[in-house]
Amino acid sequence: MATSDIQVAEHALQHHFADMEQQRETSTFGMWMFLLTEIMFFGGLFCSYLVYRASYYQAFVEGSQKMNITLGATNTAVLICSSLTMALAVRCAQLGKTKMMAILLGITMLFGFGFLGIKGVEYHEHWEHHEFPGPNFHFQTDDPAHPATDPVHTEIYYSLYWAMTGLHALHMIIGVGLVAWIIIAGLMGAYSPSYYSPVENVGLYWHFVDLVWIYLFPLLYLISKKHG
Amino acid sequence: MATAVQTVERENYLNSNYGIKSWLLTTDHKRIALLYLISITAMFWIGGFFAMMIRLELLTPAGDLVSSDTYNKLFTMHGIIMVFFFLIPSVPAVIGNFVIPLMVGAKDLAFPRINLLSWYIYMAGAITALVAMVSGGVDTGWTFYTPFSTTYSNTHVIGAAIGIFIAGFSSIFTGLNFIVTIHRMRAPGLTWRRLPLFCWSNYAAALIMVLGTPVIAITLLLVALERAFNIGVFNPQLGGDPLLFQHLFWFYSHPAVYIMILPGMGVISEVVTCFSRKRAFGYEFVALASIAIAVLGFLVWAHHMFVAGISVYAALVFSLLSYLVAIPSAVKVFNWTATMYKGSIRYETPMLYAFGFIGLFTVGGLTGVFLASLGLDVHVHDTYFVVAHFHYVMVGGMVMAYMAGLHFWWPKITGRMYPEGFAKLSALLVFVGFNTTFFPQFVLGYMGMPRRYHAYPPEFQVLNVLSTAGASILAVGYVMPMIYFLWSLRYGEIAPPNPWNAVGLEWMTPSPPPTHNFDETPIVTWEAYDYEHQPQEEVTVGH
Repeated sequence: MATSDIQVAEHALQHHFADMEQQRETSTFGMWMFLLTEIMFFGGLFCSYLVYRASYYQAFVEGSQKMNITLGATNTAVLICSSLTMALAVRCAQLGKTKMMAILLGITMLFGFGFLGIKGVEYHEHWEHHEFPGPNFHFQTDDPAHPATDPVHTEIYYSLYWAMTGLHALHMIIGVGLVAWIIIAGLMGAYSPSYYSPVENVGLYWHFVDLVWIYLFPLLYLISKKHG
Repeated sequence: MATAVQTVERENYLNSNYGIKSWLLTTDHKRIALLYLISITAMFWIGGFFAMMIRLELLTPAGDLVSSDTYNKLFTMHGIIMVFFFLIPSVPAVIGNFVIPLMVGAKDLAFPRINLLSWYIYMAGAITALVAMVSGGVDTGWTFYTPFSTTYSNTHVIGAAIGIFIAGFSSIFTGLNFIVTIHRMRAPGLTWRRLPLFCWSNYAAALIMVLGTPVIAITLLLVALERAFNIGVFNPQLGGDPLLFQHLFWFYSHPAVYIMILPGMGVISEVVTCFSRKRAFGYEFVALASIAIAVLGFLVWAHHMFVAGISVYAALVFSLLSYLVAIPSAVKVFNWTATMYKGSIRYETPMLYAFGFIGLFTVGGLTGVFLASLGLDVHVHDTYFVVAHFHYVMVGGMVMAYMAGLHFWWPKITGRMYPEGFAKLSALLVFVGFNTTFFPQFVLGYMGMPRRYHAYPPEFQVLNVLSTAGASILAVGYVMPMIYFLWSLRYGEIAPPNPWNAVGLEWMTPSPPPTHNFDETPIVTWEAYDYEHQPQEEVTVGH
């Protein structure tokens, strides 16, 4: 174990770093900076949501009535579980338990696919009901006694819903790809207790994407519910 | 003074290996800097061509050279190319890329492969934008204001927006690389207080790149989605709010002017200290002023929107905050001046450009204060006064600094000296040409000539002719360096490691530097710009 650990470390140390310690700190720091840019990237959308929700409150309430809370909550649970398995996988990488790491990452990936599948079912429902912004957009409430008061602005709600969850789903797809990559690299013996930065960084990315959903779910699904 | 000329061909980053692959797949920050240099120079000439077409059209009051539609496309493409594909990458991606690892005593940037990736992303963005331009152009202005850009314009808005979206990621990666490098890769002993001011100002600019660029990316993505799928986030017909677009756009695009100017200020700090042979006056203040500009720069964006319909109270606050930016900017100008005071000044070309920068930036900065005042802005908004103001900062400031930096580090980059006589002449031509081009525009704007029209009343003609004449002098001033830089690659005098007798780690390694930058990792035991106490002879690489 110890010799292979040293070999991995020798192989992984890039020429412009003094030692593994510097390399590890540098890559983690870089990942945090990248996540900062991601926050700003989503921030533009959250800001738009905030502005329009304040301006067209009723339209947003009506739009969020059509969200499927059961599926949304299930997806939230799926993502939280996937973050747990991801965190355990990083710990395994740190301890050099490569097989266990690969198994946990595999489960994480399955959770990721599960999330995307459930999200796909939701998208399909919205599509069927013409709840996709654009020329074919048509919005009506479930309760015929209370027709939509402001469908024009409910369309903005749906524009933001699709843009925000769509961008999030894109991040999930990329995340699943990254996990697949570190599973393969891990099984090929690329990581060891002295070098597992890629696992750690993909883990950070995964938690970040999870966290974005933790904000999206209440904002889009829950926050206006009781006023319905 | 300078050390003996080396006659034996020594291995360096240019001759260590050859062939197109060794360049296109390189992870050496110095080679990537040269890739950027070639690309942004090409973009500079394309953008410059559009500028000349604009000036030629404005030679006569009648709109006779191009149609108004074509004119709209010309100024739009001039703006997009110059802002996103020349000014933003210029000093950071070329000079910063080359010099920052050397200045901090590192073998490379923290993420060499991401650095190469950033160049490819830049090229992908540039090519996307150029394809949009060749296939018909864009006419929204570089600001892409909605709902014109999302609904009414019949030009290639999506292509241009996607091009800028892509190029934004190259800027993010460069900024990220700089921040991590400056935090983690400094040589032993190189504390933050010993860090060259060029690193400080690039660090500040990198913060803006990392925090601001994602916002413009998502904004332009929404514009593209809105055009493609007819969703209504910014379109008032569909209930959207065009002002929200302006807020999001300027949240990046105002700080972006500090992305452009801050690295330029860093170049000036290096040049002024070197050619005055003095320590930077008020080093800490100049360093912190960079950070202050980056922070305040994020809080002033709505001064672009005073007449767009924001509330009076919001306008008052943004006006006040905009005034505040003048303070750290003035700190820098005064400190450069104080650095020169009683210094032994040498009038080499980089210093001439630095003089130009300080004077022109001051004019550009002060007219910025005019524009930040609510009453005056109503009068000069959307006139040539605004055009003159930001060209004084961007061209008179930033491009001057870029030229200063190119001349200053050219011997280090190429191992050859440029011809000093021609270079001084070109610096003079740029200064004279620039002022002849843009000073009349202040007057024109104040008299009421609006921007973005291809025709104007005859009484404005004299000043417009003056401006166009100046532009042609400016063009000669820019063509000359292009020629003599290329000439120097083959025929220039061989450069010693430290032709300017400057301090700074980048001058302690051969010109051009070896691939791994330093034979031994330097150990820094001295302050930055220690020109008084540490004559060059005593400054050696530590062991």
